[in-house]
Amino acid sequence: MNAPITHPDRFVHDPSDDRPHLVVVGNGMAGCRAVEEILARDAAKFRITIFGAEPRVNYDRIMLSPVLAGEKQYEDIIINDESWYLDNQIALIAGDPVAQIDRQSQIVTAQSGQIERYDKLLLATGSDPFVIPVPGKDLPGVVTFRDLDDVNTMLKASEQKGGKAVVIGGGLLGLEAAHGLHLRGMDVTVLHLMPTLMERQLDEAAGWLLKDALEARGQTILTGADTQEILGDRHVEGVLLRDGTRIEADIVVMAVGIRPNIRLAKEAGLAVGRGVHVDNDLLTSDGNVLAVGECVEHDGQVYGLVAPLWEMCRALADGLTKEATGYTGSVTSTKLKVSGIDVFSAGDFSGGEGCEDIILRDASRGVYKRVIVKDDQIQGAVLYGDTSDGAWYFDMLKKGRDISDIRDNLIFGQAFAEGGGNADPDFAVAAMADDAEICGCNGVDKQTVVGAIKDGSQTVDAVRSCTKASASCGSCTSLVESLLSLTLGGDYEGAREEAPMCGCTSFTHDEVRKLIVDKNLKAIPQVWQELHWTTPNGCASCRPALNYYLLCAWPGEYVDDQQSRFVNERLHANIQKDGTYSVVPRMWGGVTSPKELRAIADVTEKYGARMVKVTGGQRLDIFGIKKEDLPAVWADLNAAGMVSGHAYGKALRTVKTCVGSEWCRFGTQDSTGLGIKLEQMSWGSWMPHKFKMAVSGCPRNCAEATIKDFGVICVDSGYELHVGGNGGITVRVTDLLCKVETEEEALEYSAAFVQLYREEARYLERTAPWIERVGLDYVKSRMLDDPDERAALAARFRLSQSFFQDDPWAKRAAGEDDKLHQHMAEIRPMEAV
Amino acid sequence: MKPKSQLTAEWLDIGPMDQLPAMGARTLPVQGGEEIAIFRTAQGEIYALHNKCPHKGGPLSQGIVHGTEVTCPLHNWRISLASGEALGEDNGCVPTIPVRIENGRMYLKRAEALASIKQDVPA
Repeated sequence: MNAPITHPDRFVHDPSDDRPHLVVVGNGMAGCRAVEEILARDAAKFRITIFGAEPRVNYDRIMLSPVLAGEKQYEDIIINDESWYLDNQIALIAGDPVAQIDRQSQIVTAQSGQIERYDKLLLATGSDPFVIPVPGKDLPGVVTFRDLDDVNTMLKASEQKGGKAVVIGGGLLGLEAAHGLHLRGMDVTVLHLMPTLMERQLDEAAGWLLKDALEARGQTILTGADTQEILGDRHVEGVLLRDGTRIEADIVVMAVGIRPNIRLAKEAGLAVGRGVHVDNDLLTSDGNVLAVGECVEHDGQVYGLVAPLWEMCRALADGLTKEATGYTGSVTSTKLKVSGIDVFSAGDFSGGEGCEDIILRDASRGVYKRVIVKDDQIQGAVLYGDTSDGAWYFDMLKKGRDISDIRDNLIFGQAFAEGGGNADPDFAVAAMADDAEICGCNGVDKQTVVGAIKDGSQTVDAVRSCTKASASCGSCTSLVESLLSLTLGGDYEGAREEAPMCGCTSFTHDEVRKLIVDKNLKAIPQVWQELHWTTPNGCASCRPALNYYLLCAWPGEYVDDQQSRFVNERLHANIQKDGTYSVVPRMWGGVTSPKELRAIADVTEKYGARMVKVTGGQRLDIFGIKKEDLPAVWADLNAAGMVSGHAYGKALRTVKTCVGSEWCRFGTQDSTGLGIKLEQMSWGSWMPHKFKMAVSGCPRNCAEATIKDFGVICVDSGYELHVGGNGGITVRVTDLLCKVETEEEALEYSAAFVQLYREEARYLERTAPWIERVGLDYVKSRMLDDPDERAALAARFRLSQSFFQDDPWAKRAAGEDDKLHQHMAEIRPMEAV
Repeated sequence: MKPKSQLTAEWLDIGPMDQLPAMGARTLPVQGGEEIAIFRTAQGEIYALHNKCPHKGGPLSQGIVHGTEVTCPLHNWRISLASGEALGEDNGCVPTIPVRIENGRMYLKRAEALASIKQDVPA
């Protein structure tokens, strides 16, 4: 993933090109962004050469945290790939840092000795991580968190099972590093000198909430921890604190801060302070040398965040290509990129004379919001748990908006304060100012997105590739969608036809499923948190659906949530109108035996069941069993060799068969035998809805296979496979999927079909409406076009089955979850007195 | 099952809270009266209602608990755990019984818990 760029087709300037030469020192976010801004204004003005210290193209440094956390790959965070340099005729010299600047002769010399003459020089050297000067700081295993090499070092360390990591620094960067290492399976300790985490961005209350949340995830957080020494002989072994505490470590990450990299500028005699001094047009003390990004000091300020960089680049490009607009400094906001923990802060929250706090706490949702107001203007905001209004507060803060008219509702957020409870999600977006920021990662404002849409970008993907809005962390995708629908109105093709999953979310079923996989979500509360559920713990509609989507996505890994199961699936029996239950033991392919029948008869009498009924799926249903008696009933049935029939589940129900060639004079194949094999292969599997199968031994179709989810009709030459039928309110006859020759193929195709349905149908959607929705051709294309894909589907089904073919009755009969079946106590007033 | 409950003048001790799973419920039959369902929400609040949906008598204790509501397993009526009222479009109400928590034990208000008993209730 990390091969240095070789330059077989690297762009080289034509010697006859006599346009002014712009040389950029630094191939990072600032340098490349400045070039992009210049190109956007006047693509032909300069001949451009970029020097980069890292042997790579331009990537998004702020997305290194998700790479470390395993949420992104390096390829995902490339901002400009090699073709960008080629297409824009930019000469890239990567892996060869500039060593010296000669301002007199206007020449830069690279480490390799390569020399470039410049007309304009742009310094974008960024910043260096600050390493605290303690003994042991140079030991192998001590790393900073600044570039991809650092990430790779950390990833290597995390490969060792149970490895221990110490992160020094509990600020933004340190916590993101700790989060990533923790997700990679390391035992992580964060050492922070100050009493609360992220004290520069968060107030004490939010700092504590954050500490709590991180500790609950299993990280150790030590505040007030002063590092005295890094221990180890040949490699780091631990950290010693000033109070004598020793902490073991296989890797130590220094993330205490950064400082502007001003070495080149200083040696070249440019005016520097903490950073390279620049004026409002980003010019240094030399009129031919500009500087931008984290390496500069403007009006006494240095910035370590990405938003000011965008603003500087705009001003710089304006000044170089047309009329100077001037950079006047930035107000910054921060967001912590730790998935599942939403933290936002902006402005000044230290309080002081004349400042008032407006605070909202919602302990049950884990929400803390504090807005600091002075003279009817927002001074600062700290949001924890619910950061959706961060951009709104930040916008008002930057503009100094008078908030006296909305003050009463300010803390409840934009929709409430301005919308009068307007539930239309587009409303808030419509109300945003033209220059309000949509994408914080890439510095894209509303008018840019709207402009792109008007110029023909009519989908999220098109907007993304055109403006980069929502191309990095993706959290602004819904804003982009809203702008699409506002701008295009009814013409917006992507306007959702699908209703949201339920009232708790604005995502559709398909979106939720995709996000579960994309974001690696493995628990229901994590889904609520990450996808911004509007209810504290979902509803009776979304909870079972989420439970299913998670268990389908992560078989063997996801822990089933009993409280999100419908009663029938929780109690493994069918509730009846009087509150008693019916019990259906499995009879493979509809075949039973005297032993099984005897056990069913005995159970019926022993537990006073009022009725035994043959079901439509050729099974016996025992009615009128009390909740308390269920485990004993199951124990008796288990003893006769019977397991759960799953007649209560969104699951494989039954495989109905006829007697086939073994008995029937018309039978062409062993339909009973195939039915038994199908049922043994697929019992126990959870599905989006109930799933029924049948096998008929000849086209007379006595097993009614053509109104089943998956039906087989045996013929002399093989097996016809039918899909997507059901009885029910709207009867649907199956479609013929294909014909196969052998029983093995019939089983393989069945497994593949079941898995395709499990993975792609929406919860509570049977195969019939699913096939009507996606089309038979689609199902055929997934099942028939590519044997490897079919085999992969079948393999995923078998993998899933290796976890789910486990008789739930046996576990309950053995005492699992016994409280579900027992009364807690009983009130007998007559006795008790 | 032997009655574990202890009767005091005003409150019935029905046992420790940890017998109840979060977002779950358990049942408490009342001899000669209506079964009571005891609910525990995600936030740890405890509520007691008759285990009988006002619609068709479904066992509310078997419903899915979310927020401070339970959805009846028979026909998806949503019932407020706090008031016993049906929510949304539906109309109806199930009796609630006041609950008190003390030292991790749950107590039901005696008068309401026994109110459904048809026979004379001993004083």
